[in-house]
Amino acid sequence: MNLAYVQATSGDGDKPRLPGSLHVNRRLDQWLRIHAEGLVTITPGKVELGQGILTALAQIAAEELDIAFARVRVQAAATPASPNEAVTSGSLSVQESGMALRHACAEARAIHLSVAAQRSGVKLEAIRVEDGSFLGPEGPIGSYWAQADDALLACEASPGSRAKPPAARRIAGSAAPRLDLPDKVFGAARFIQDLRLPGMLHARMVRPPARRARFTALRDGALPGDARVVRDGSFLAVLASEEAIAEAAAARVTARAEWDAEDTLPESAEAWLRSAPGEDSVVVDRTEAAPEAAATLHARFFRPFVAHASIGTCCAVARWEGDQLEVWSHSQGIYNLRADLAKALRVPETQILVRHIEGAGCYGHNGADDVALDAALAARAAPGLPVRLLWSRAEELGWAPFSSAMLVEIEAETDAAGDIVAWRQQVTSQGHSSRPGRNPKPTLLAVEHVADASEIPAAINPPLASGGGAQRNAVPAYRIPRLQVGLRRITAMPVRSSALRGLGAPTNVLAIESVMDELAAKAGADPLAYRLRHLDDARGQAVLRAAAELAGWETRAKREGIGMGIGYARYKNSGGWCAVVAEVAAEAEIVCRHLWIAGDVGEAINPDGIANQYEGGAIHGVSMALKEEVRFDRRRVTSDTWEAYPILRFSEVPAVEFRLLARPEEPPLGAGEAALAPTIAAIANAIHDALGVRPHRMPFTAANLAAEMDAAGGG
Amino acid sequence: MDNGRDGDAMLAFTLNGEPAEGAPPEGASLLHLLRGSLGLSGPRFGCGEEQCGACMVLLDGRPGYACTLPAEAAAGRAVTTVEGLGTPEAPHPLQAAFLAEQAGQCGFCLSGILISAAALLQANPDPDEAAIRAALEPHLCRCGSHNRILRAVQRAASMMRAAP
Ligand code: FES
Ligand code: FES
Repeated sequence: MNLAYVQATSGDGDKPRLPGSLHVNRRLDQWLRIHAEGLVTITPGKVELGQGILTALAQIAAEELDIAFARVRVQAAATPASPNEAVTSGSLSVQESGMALRHACAEARAIHLSVAAQRSGVKLEAIRVEDGSFLGPEGPIGSYWAQADDALLACEASPGSRAKPPAARRIAGSAAPRLDLPDKVFGAARFIQDLRLPGMLHARMVRPPARRARFTALRDGALPGDARVVRDGSFLAVLASEEAIAEAAAARVTARAEWDAEDTLPESAEAWLRSAPGEDSVVVDRTEAAPEAAATLHARFFRPFVAHASIGTCCAVARWEGDQLEVWSHSQGIYNLRADLAKALRVPETQILVRHIEGAGCYGHNGADDVALDAALAARAAPGLPVRLLWSRAEELGWAPFSSAMLVEIEAETDAAGDIVAWRQQVTSQGHSSRPGRNPKPTLLAVEHVADASEIPAAINPPLASGGGAQRNAVPAYRIPRLQVGLRRITAMPVRSSALRGLGAPTNVLAIESVMDELAAKAGADPLAYRLRHLDDARGQAVLRAAAELAGWETRAKREGIGMGIGYARYKNSGGWCAVVAEVAAEAEIVCRHLWIAGDVGEAINPDGIANQYEGGAIHGVSMALKEEVRFDRRRVTSDTWEAYPILRFSEVPAVEFRLLARPEEPPLGAGEAALAPTIAAIANAIHDALGVRPHRMPFTAANLAAEMDAAGGG
Repeated sequence: MDNGRDGDAMLAFTLNGEPAEGAPPEGASLLHLLRGSLGLSGPRFGCGEEQCGACMVLLDGRPGYACTLPAEAAAGRAVTTVEGLGTPEAPHPLQAAFLAEQAGQCGFCLSGILISAAALLQANPDPDEAAIRAALEPHLCRCGSHNRILRAVQRAASMMRAAP
């Protein structure tokens, strides 16, 4: 639920269209401030998630203002002053926040230059800006710093572009170093987990033994130090002056608490998707003239629930002063969090202040919002004092929302030449967004546990116009005359699901790209050539060719136990393009040894940051493809340690080569999610190349592949 | 006994080259002590179970998991955290190399990784890639910054060999 979602689902009013988030946050002073001491503060509503967005936004501002990059300060978002940019998600921050800032800064520059022209009598066209100083033909005539006056920017932005032409850009488009990285290599207190406030208390949750459980009693016993219990219905936490005491107390209370627990989780994720109640909809249904079908291929793909699995555990600090609540959070959407806190706590939004502080990478909607309500509830027991609540590793892997398990079934028909004439795809999944702020009912975990409980509504799928959820990338990019794509959204949610990097794209792209390889084989065509002959999108063709060239695809040789595969997608069919070639080796487990990736995100604000994001997304994809599966019994998630939920380690990480296709004239697109799905597909195709077995079930572990071989052998 | 404090037992050790002391509550880990009364933020909590490496510190020069080491284990010994490797004014070659390679995304894993890398380069000034991967195997990085991290450690190794 980024801005694209908000705009796709609500009216925009009658005001003239402005770029990105500027359209709904129109005042220039919501975006930047010029200081007499030679600095500019930008105040975007998007937040740093480890993706480097603040650096890219600072580059855009420095570029349009014509000031040195080092003069830009970025202020972290906080309600109510920051622009409301909804959620930092969907790889949309450069489009939404970046384009707003580009326009706002260009306009601020124009305003300042006209003031300088008026004061000096120098013609506007004759003024140059050099690192913030205004130079006329005769020399300096002023600067932003000398003219700094908040009143100048206390106005709405106006339509019409004043931004520099692409060829004039120098800072936007360069590999500027990350602004946040120095703090991180020197161990500075930059993360929410590092926040220390005077008088701060430490809180820990005491979780029930089941997803659905009612607190019944707490057996008597001492607590360590100054620890005390906070309870609201079945919401149970402990508070203490030191972390060690809070942790020891949580362990003791966990051992002493009694619950009425219920079996509510399904026997298996796949059986659940097949049998659970759902709601059907049509994603695409198009029929064009096509040759007669000569052959039909059926295939069915499954991905289990997967976890965000951040390295840092979720954390929030909350403080009540009377009926005013202040919350420090690493949420991806501070205004949406504020809305759900207000609903859950039954206080008006105006009494809640939410400040963003960075957390560890979150990769989507993890427990960052949940823990903010946990902290606010715990802090009620300590009026006036800040209360820091930190989740455990078991909570992070066991209680945060997951990405839904998915089933994708495809039936493809080809003509006598092997070309595609018809394609039917059916996607079955829970919803992929349960983010706060959208539903009349709050979606924060603790609302199901407090005395005044409410049920968290089932996750939804955003409309395709804003990228979709389960149906994200369910529409193949290839030329297909008769195409039907259907979606069944499961309407119950025993295992809570929400947005995780790529949403439905990883499973949809796995399914589509696996079927493309099968069809190519049946047509006797090379997988690359077969894709190219079904793809009209020139930029898609270009990334496919570039990845193949990087990998030496055309001259690859067949080697025993080694396979190469290719995967392609344009993220959301509207975002960044990506093609990946993967090389795998079949050892005791499948090992991904090498990835060759080509990408295209239009104008590259920071090419090094884009390379970092593509590679990071691809490695996430390798991990998801080969290792990840959330496991549960009838009561609780059991994969709640790193041992039970392994992710890729250093010994397993492939070498990565990346090529970014330069498109400085094209609008910029996000990079964080583009590589994940095509990487998974490339690995599946490489496994088929190595072993002759088609993986239909993630993760591609030796055990799952052995089951596929048995099934194939048993015919 | 159950007041959470083991009397006033003062614990004295060397922290990043300076004398340090603390009176941690009973059962406190070294990580609790470092992040608590000693006010450090470099060593991070990721799991508490020796499975992620976010909390790694050097104890007398050898890497150890601060999350499971009892605070008392530090008594009389030398503890080094990422804050003790270097500063923005005088960075450790590893810190300079991580910045040069822009090795990191969210950066939450980096303090622990820098500590293990420092121990590796101390013991082996010219590690090959396999040796670096092996030394960093205890560390998780969810952002996928691994290859940049491997390059940064190699860069630091050659910087240190060039200017010992
Ligand atoms: S926090 Fe110590 S290894 Fe994870
Ligand atoms: S950089 Fe985010 S976990 Fe390593």
